Amino acid sequence: MDLPRYHRLTAPYYRLEGQRCAACDAVQFPPRTSCGACRGADLKPYRFSGRGTVYSFAEVSQPPRGFVGPYVVALVELEEGVRVTAQLTDISAEEVEIGLPVEMVTRRLQEKGPHGYLVYGYKFRPCLERSAARRAS
Amino acid sequence: MKPNRDVGIAGYGAYVPRLRVRTADISATWRGRGGAAPAVAEKSVPGADEDVVTMAIEAARTALDRAAVDPETIGAVWVGTESKPYAVKPSATLVAEALGITPHTVAADMEFACKAGSEAMQAAVAFVGSGMVEAALAIGMDTAQSKPGDALEYTAGCGGAAYLFAPADLSLAVVEASVSYVTDTPDFFRRETAHYPEHGSRFTGEPSYFRHTLAASRRLLAEVGCAPADFAHAVFHQPVPKFVEKAGAELGFTREQIRTGLVAPRMGNAYAGSSLLGLAAVLDVARPGERIFFCSYGSGAGSDAFCFRVTGRIEESRHGATVLDYLDRRRLVDGYGQYLRLRGKIRTA
Amino acid sequence: MKDVFIIGAAQTPVGEHWGLGLRELGATAIRAALADAGLEAGTDRIDALFVGNMLGGAVNGQENLGALLADAAGLLPIEAWKVEAACASGGAAVRAAALAVASGAQDVAVAVGIEKMTDTVSDRLAAGLASASDGDFEASHGLSFTALSALLMRRYMHETGASREDFAPFAVNAHASAAKNANAMFREPISVEDFLRSPLVAAPIGILDAAPVCDGAAAVVLCSREALAAHHRPIRIAASAAATDTIGLAGRGDLLTLGAARSSAEKAFAASGFGPKDIHFFEAHDAFTIITALSLEACGFAPRGEALKRAAHGCFAVGGCVPLSTCGGLKGRGHPVGASGTYQIVEATAQLRGAAGANQVPGARVALTQSIGGHGSIAVTHVLEG
Repeated sequence: MDLPRYHRLTAPYYRLEGQRCAACDAVQFPPRTSCGACRGADLKPYRFSGRGTVYSFAEVSQPPRGFVGPYVVALVELEEGVRVTAQLTDISAEEVEIGLPVEMVTRRLQEKGPHGYLVYGYKFRPCLERSAARRAS
Repeated sequence: MKPNRDVGIAGYGAYVPRLRVRTADISATWRGRGGAAPAVAEKSVPGADEDVVTMAIEAARTALDRAAVDPETIGAVWVGTESKPYAVKPSATLVAEALGITPHTVAADMEFACKAGSEAMQAAVAFVGSGMVEAALAIGMDTAQSKPGDALEYTAGCGGAAYLFAPADLSLAVVEASVSYVTDTPDFFRRETAHYPEHGSRFTGEPSYFRHTLAASRRLLAEVGCAPADFAHAVFHQPVPKFVEKAGAELGFTREQIRTGLVAPRMGNAYAGSSLLGLAAVLDVARPGERIFFCSYGSGAGSDAFCFRVTGRIEESRHGATVLDYLDRRRLVDGYGQYLRLRGKIRTA
Repeated sequence: MKDVFIIGAAQTPVGEHWGLGLRELGATAIRAALADAGLEAGTDRIDALFVGNMLGGAVNGQENLGALLADAAGLLPIEAWKVEAACASGGAAVRAAALAVASGAQDVAVAVGIEKMTDTVSDRLAAGLASASDGDFEASHGLSFTALSALLMRRYMHETGASREDFAPFAVNAHASAAKNANAMFREPISVEDFLRSPLVAAPIGILDAAPVCDGAAAVVLCSREALAAHHRPIRIAASAAATDTIGLAGRGDLLTLGAARSSAEKAFAASGFGPKDIHFFEAHDAFTIITALSLEACGFAPRGEALKRAAHGCFAVGGCVPLSTCGGLKGRGHPVGASGTYQIVEATAQLRGAAGANQVPGARVALTQSIGGHGSIAVTHVLEG
């Protein structure tokens, strides 16, 4: 991914920023020029909570150029009802199952060699276990 | 030092990566049998997609989430680190962008070896204290570097914490005073093109860590007119647990006062993130009214010492992941080989 | 719209053609298709050439394939250009040619599907294939072409309770037919055990779920009723239809319904007057076994989630109610991506002419072909009548 293209995508990549439609209140990701639900054009930036569950997943053993495998990719269903495609991180394929609660983190997506630039963006990881819940259980 | 208006920590967040390497795996490669046991049993290792920027973002997100501060009012972001992903290009702008607090903010990376994070804290106190900005974010974070086989490799860990400073009425812990103490002491350094830092071995102890830590601590105690017994907790920079215990004892702090803030035994020395993580661990359990003593150390050399008083806001400002949550979330890497790969220590081209 | 007929069809063998480039492969297929139609380049009237291709730019560093192949095949100064619809490019080129003839603007048009994938052995190929997906929100996040299909397969298994083994009949059937097809890449049958033992390339997708990387070109000559001659053995294009869906999988309401495949099939059935029950065999886009299942369901050969159960009963095997991929399909014959849609038409033409040799479906008169690109974001469906 070349620099100008990466820079154009900063808001969705860094912040999982999509849109909310002023007319029908629907939210969408990634951003579009009109509302996917009602075709309204009055769209405000909307930052998704980043919480969701795994809708489907796969393990990439033969990664495309610029990526180092193996890693897990997934369709994540966000709690707002929108799906997003992303890598999972801090987890191996054997530990993933459909329905697993996950949360968004910002991580390195690509590295253009030791002297090149770094591409950062959203990934999802299993929700961090909280000690309060752990001690209660 | 005291600012014109009272300032405190309005929100804080920590981060420690999930992976650990057992230091026994390191010594099995580099040392003969029968040597002294490494200073810590295991240390944290960043995942393949983690670096100071990603770790700072997560810690800062927690800090902002916990604070009763409008992100729009954050006027400064500093990342203190000695393992920036870019030698030239600020980490702080990337962190600020991810937090959604660009563009009207001061942003820069700070470098002062292991006290870069507390340097950012001093600057944040000053910026907010002067009234220049309403809130300032200070982050200390490192993926600590160490030469394969070097003494540092047995302790150099990863992690750190983020602190959002704001006026005292919004704070969960108020800054009562702070001091800085610096001299030119070349105990540890990394040249521009070097992958790993060099250090002065035994020279890093008495004339460096202890001299600066003790001097800054004593000056702070004098400035606030407090004795060690007045503090519920004391936090120090943690190159190895033994140094902290020795410095604490020499100043008159008990083991009990030091225990909560001593995180190095479970994750190693996170360099610029080390003392800030210890402070976060203390805030995770601190009670309103308690005083917290804090003193960092960075090679080169210097210490920043802070006296905090915990406020009633602390109870409502602790949601989200604690330091213990991160320390308990651990997965051992598959031996020294995988550790070397993750740390970029294997030459592939 | 005017009726359109296939009067010439030809293909190069599918495989790793290390010694042949885009020029040679394309010209060979075009010349052979023209010869099959009894036409000669430079002598007979040929109005246009439509080139179906996906990876010319990404892998071969060669765009402008219209001019390249018109020149190579000796058709200058013919009107010619490339049609790109990811893995459906070959089907889209046939549709473009069919539209040209149906509109009356042209009388004789050639469509060639071509892909030369072995010009690279680097990760450039994987990146090129991934460019069929959403570049900003799939490929740039490390989603390979195979991984996206694996997301479909995992969800399908989750919702239907299917196991990996349940997908085996498609691969076994494809290899069985390919073994009898001299142009196919794989000439060896495989067993269910082979399928299960094959390594996973993007779990749950195994290597025998997936069609192979290869080279090939196939071409058809289309003409209007007025241009038919006595020596032709014409096959009528009873319907040609195309449709699209969201480019990203995340945007689809029902992940397991390939909307473009269903919509284009519905349009094709409506236009031809035929329904799923009238189809004598189906050339499916079996790039991955999961895509085969979803395509069968989209075309109405099985209800949603039922394709594997029907496959288990032999419904889609040789002699079944709807024989599938009768010459080996993408899986067995090979999947030179932008050419596969044209191969389907060439093979269906052979079947409808009764010239499919050992793979002949007895009495085949009505065929369905479906070419799918970008994991269902684009689909081209044809109904052919012999």
